[in-house]
Amino acid sequence: MEIRCHRISGGKATGPALVSKDPISFLGTVDPETGEVVDPGHQLFGKAVAGKVLIFPGGKGSTVGSYVIYQLKKRGVAPVAMINMRSEPIVAVGAIISGIPLVDGVDAGILATRDGTILVVDADREVIRVDEP
Amino acid sequence: MHLSREEERAYQGEEGESLRRAMEILVALGDIYGADRLIPVRSVQVAGVSFKTIGEAGLEWISDLEGRVVVPAVLNPAGMDLTRWREMGIDERFAKKQLEIVEAYRRLGVSPDCTCTPYQISLDLARRGDHLAWSESSAVSFANSVIGAKTNREGGPSALAAALVGKTPRYGYHLEENRVPTIKIVVDADLKPEDYGILGYIVGREVEDGVPRFIFRKRPDIDELKALGAAMAASGSVALYYFDEDAPAAPKGSEEILVGGKDLQEVRQECAPDDEVDVVAIGCPHSSERELAEVARLLEGKKVERELWICTARAIAERRTDLVAKIERSGAQVFCDTCMVVSPASDRYRKMMVNSGKALAYVPTLCKMKAAYGSVEECVRAATRRV
Repeated sequence: MEIRCHRISGGKATGPALVSKDPISFLGTVDPETGEVVDPGHQLFGKAVAGKVLIFPGGKGSTVGSYVIYQLKKRGVAPVAMINMRSEPIVAVGAIISGIPLVDGVDAGILATRDGTILVVDADREVIRVDEP
Repeated sequence: MHLSREEERAYQGEEGESLRRAMEILVALGDIYGADRLIPVRSVQVAGVSFKTIGEAGLEWISDLEGRVVVPAVLNPAGMDLTRWREMGIDERFAKKQLEIVEAYRRLGVSPDCTCTPYQISLDLARRGDHLAWSESSAVSFANSVIGAKTNREGGPSALAAALVGKTPRYGYHLEENRVPTIKIVVDADLKPEDYGILGYIVGREVEDGVPRFIFRKRPDIDELKALGAAMAASGSVALYYFDEDAPAAPKGSEEILVGGKDLQEVRQECAPDDEVDVVAIGCPHSSERELAEVARLLEGKKVERELWICTARAIAERRTDLVAKIERSGAQVFCDTCMVVSPASDRYRKMMVNSGKALAYVPTLCKMKAAYGSVEECVRAATRRV
């Protein structure tokens, strides 16, 4: 199955889905050294974003979050790609400066994706491919 | 968003990786905010300078960048005076990181002027009608409202991207339709200079991100406008306001707020200084030459009994070494490149007295310290009063 989307940050990557129905503030929510979600109040608490196709409605919080995404990438613990319903500047800028593919413009149905489903995010062609098991 | 052929080439990476990333940032923001195209900017002011705010993550990003800015670009305040940091009680590790950040920006062609008042150091950075990509909230407010230039409030990476490309996406305050007043503020009081910070502090909380249109009894001067805008941008997120008699009126049916002397007095009383004050800081936003002269005059023949900092831009301090010497004869310190809000030097105090509505809004949250408010004269009195 292919889903149309809109390129925010270019590139192509494949990985297992990790879905959050909550928006994410990278500063304070994700540990920049390990990629683990450390905010006990967050739906993804205890999970790691490393190597995942991270699906969430959009970003929020401090603009320093952009740099946190960059640090995750440099430590090798960043998501391989991100999908938003609607990107806002913090995550958009973070993805771009980090070279992480990011797409938005998909509907809320994407939040029903099961964790672990393999997704191919091709931001350059503006499609998401879902590999059904 | 429409891109010219040249912009498209840069976006596709034909001008190198740094420009591709910079274009990607501008295009992404343009798409998010519905811009139709990019427009040239006269100057850029880059946020994301204090190591206290951007940390290791931000330092790494700036250090990894390549390229060269194509329009004049300056920096936001850093976390310390870049030369006198030891006197501020800054530790070696922080200082090393902070100097690395400024050096990394300098390598990209950004001028190491670290100030929230770029308009005080050079008139060429912004003129009426110019489009800009500035970051610091009080500078943005001043540029839009007092100078009549046009800028959104940029984040660090988007400002730097604008400096590398020389352009910014056309949305928000670059468009006339978003520069219309949304609310009328009638100030029914004769204001003293120190009232403007409090007025801004009150109005910002009420207006949030609106565009207030003030009706004053008397036209405020430049320093008063600087204080008013800075406070509104801190207690709310006001990026544009009007104060001139011939400014556009708020549309019929707009909300109207009446601020009287009693409202100002109430806040002044809540924030009155007491014996707990252990540091006094003037210069948020950075002091102008005129403000330095006033402090120098008030300190003449006096000795400070508590720490008194006066924050300003390095260019201003270098222009007026006479005033700096006069001020420092009292034991007060004139610090450049930084301020009480973004420097970790503030961390060791209990209660800071300020003459700024902006600092009043930020000191309790960003510095985890209590704040008191007073005029410049009252600040000097508090600093020189025998313990």
